[in-house]
Amino acid sequence: MSLHAVLYVALAMFAIGLYGVLARRHVVAVLLSIELMFNAGNLAVLALAWSRGLLSGVILVLFAIAITVAEVAVGLSLVLLAARRSRTAVLDDLSELKG
Amino acid sequence: MRDAAFFLLAVVMLSGAAVVVTARSLVRAAFGLAAALVATAGMYLLLTAPLLAAVQILLYTGGVLTLVVFAIVVVGGEVVGPATRKPWAAVVASIATFAVLARGVSRIDFGPPVGGLDAGAELGVSLFVRDYMVPFELLSVLLLAAVVGALVLARKDPSA
Repeated sequence: MSLHAVLYVALAMFAIGLYGVLARRHVVAVLLSIELMFNAGNLAVLALAWSRGLLSGVILVLFAIAITVAEVAVGLSLVLLAARRSRTAVLDDLSELKG
Repeated sequence: MRDAAFFLLAVVMLSGAAVVVTARSLVRAAFGLAAALVATAGMYLLLTAPLLAAVQILLYTGGVLTLVVFAIVVVGGEVVGPATRKPWAAVVASIATFAVLARGVSRIDFGPPVGGLDAGAELGVSLFVRDYMVPFELLSVLLLAAVVGALVLARKDPSA
């Protein structure tokens, strides 16, 4: 198990998440894909910390995970609000600006 | 042994990620995410960070996924029509991103990994006492603000 192998796996997960963010039509599915990208970033940071033996990398990832939880809580309540207002959770139907 | 575990975890992780972005049912996508996150926790163990593996399973898999499943139940998980939009453009964009980043990664040369991230006592002292005490407390304020904000946003009647 080398640093490169872990980083390539993290990159692959990041790319899959990017595809989901760009292509999925349901809001919650886009949020799930964003979680994938977050997770890939955390994995890459921890892999680099592991490669150099840096304990501060662990703390960085710990903080990132906690902030992600806050982001998910607020993001999902925004989704609930938008879905309640326009009775849909599909991104294309949620856009209100026309042009 | 480590390599076999790494390979297995990578397969579970990437197939879970593939389920997240392709499954029509959102509940299925959420459980794909759960598989990917638990496999990531296993990979944290392999990277000698057991504390992060525990936090990942408790906070991420436990907390976030509960929230997500709850939201799917409330919002409704079904989409009329295709589940994706312009998938080929997105495929091209993500493959291009992967190619550019992988090119950068292939040039990294850090030598053999050092490891040793499982220093529990040192980590605790650094996080709670010595270096990161104030950021840690600020983090709890952030979480409190997020909880209050989420409650206010999702409340049924704003005037009540």
